[in-house]
Amino acid sequence: MENLINIFVKSIFIDNMIFAYFLGMCSYLAVSKTVKTSFGLGIAVIFVLVITVPVDYLIENYLLKEGALIWLGEGFADVDLSFLSFIMFIAVIASMVQFVEMVIEKFSPALYNSLGIFLPLIAVNCAILGGSLFMQQKEFLNITEAVTYGLGSGIGWLLAIIGIAAIREKIRYSNVPAPLRGLGITFIITGLMGIAFMSFMGISL
Amino acid sequence: MTDKEPLFSTRNLKLLTTPLNDENPITVQVLGICSALAVTTKLEPSVVMAISVVFVLAVSNVVISLIRNMVPPRIRIIVQLTVIATLVILVDQILKAFAYEVSKQLSIFVGLIITNCIIMGRLEAFALGNKPWPSLLDGIGSSAGYGIILVIVGFFRELLGAGELWGYPVLEKIGIYNIGYEDNGLMILSPMALITVGIIIWVQRSKNRELIEEN
Repeated sequence: MENLINIFVKSIFIDNMIFAYFLGMCSYLAVSKTVKTSFGLGIAVIFVLVITVPVDYLIENYLLKEGALIWLGEGFADVDLSFLSFIMFIAVIASMVQFVEMVIEKFSPALYNSLGIFLPLIAVNCAILGGSLFMQQKEFLNITEAVTYGLGSGIGWLLAIIGIAAIREKIRYSNVPAPLRGLGITFIITGLMGIAFMSFMGISL
Repeated sequence: MTDKEPLFSTRNLKLLTTPLNDENPITVQVLGICSALAVTTKLEPSVVMAISVVFVLAVSNVVISLIRNMVPPRIRIIVQLTVIATLVILVDQILKAFAYEVSKQLSIFVGLIITNCIIMGRLEAFALGNKPWPSLLDGIGSSAGYGIILVIVGFFRELLGAGELWGYPVLEKIGIYNIGYEDNGLMILSPMALITVGIIIWVQRSKNRELIEEN
């Protein structure tokens, strides 16, 4: 249990997708004009991460890793398919996003209307593929850890995008030097937020 | 494009040169920042990353342009992702075999080339509607525009942060430490990559006033 809380807090604050690894930067910069839409995108990212990270975890551990195919029989013990992981992960993500979109459309039209436009965008959001690749690198012990990691990094991403959207709503009233307006100042503010988030470094539970 | 048009006509050359400045993927179109910034703590991984992206984008642009009339529009995204992912696996395996140290430093960011928005963006916007040769030029141009920013950021971060260039201790050889200069450790940390890009955008837009945005 302690281990899970540790993974959770770490993935939100210390290994924050945006501030520590710059993942999902494209949609972060493009969609962060208002708090409302960025909240919608953030929720969609959490949703997809919580589903894809554990699915990719299962694929990694029961199909791709060296020795993972041992359940098929002794002859498969030294098969190593890990070079296929990129193509498998991206296929899982693309189809999962499509699947999630269809399920939401069927069962919750209200949620679909608010998330709808963002879901297809998410298939090429680096935060999602990044989540799976970090999962592979961190070698989690069981699937609960993978779910916790997915949830934590999703929440971290949501926090970051809401933070920048709130600041951008306010900065409209400030007198920013003309060449910095828009993109430039957003980059610099994100950098400053990243420095603030670095104060969480070194926390371990 | 007709067959009579020379290979390097002005229009084709433009495909190569505009992404370097006026339509730079990073500072103007805001594409592909995701996998870019984390690798720029040093010059060497930045250059390797830039070359990998040039390779992947140029080849995938040509491939998609060749099969553009055979792919049904409904499944084009998954076809594009498959082509890109295959090329990225190639790059990853080559790096692991011939440049293991750099491949360790790039860690997951080689894999993240797949979701680099520049690549999907160019495939969608250009390769699907153009012949292979202009697509190749467009691919090289766009990814070179991306690579230039990467190399600039990597150059300044390594120089100011570690006092080295490509692992060679430049500042120590100049003797600047003797007069009391210290390395700025902050430049190595990730937030400074964002601020460096912010400053590059500032410089570029001060020179090129047409790019300035409304608030």
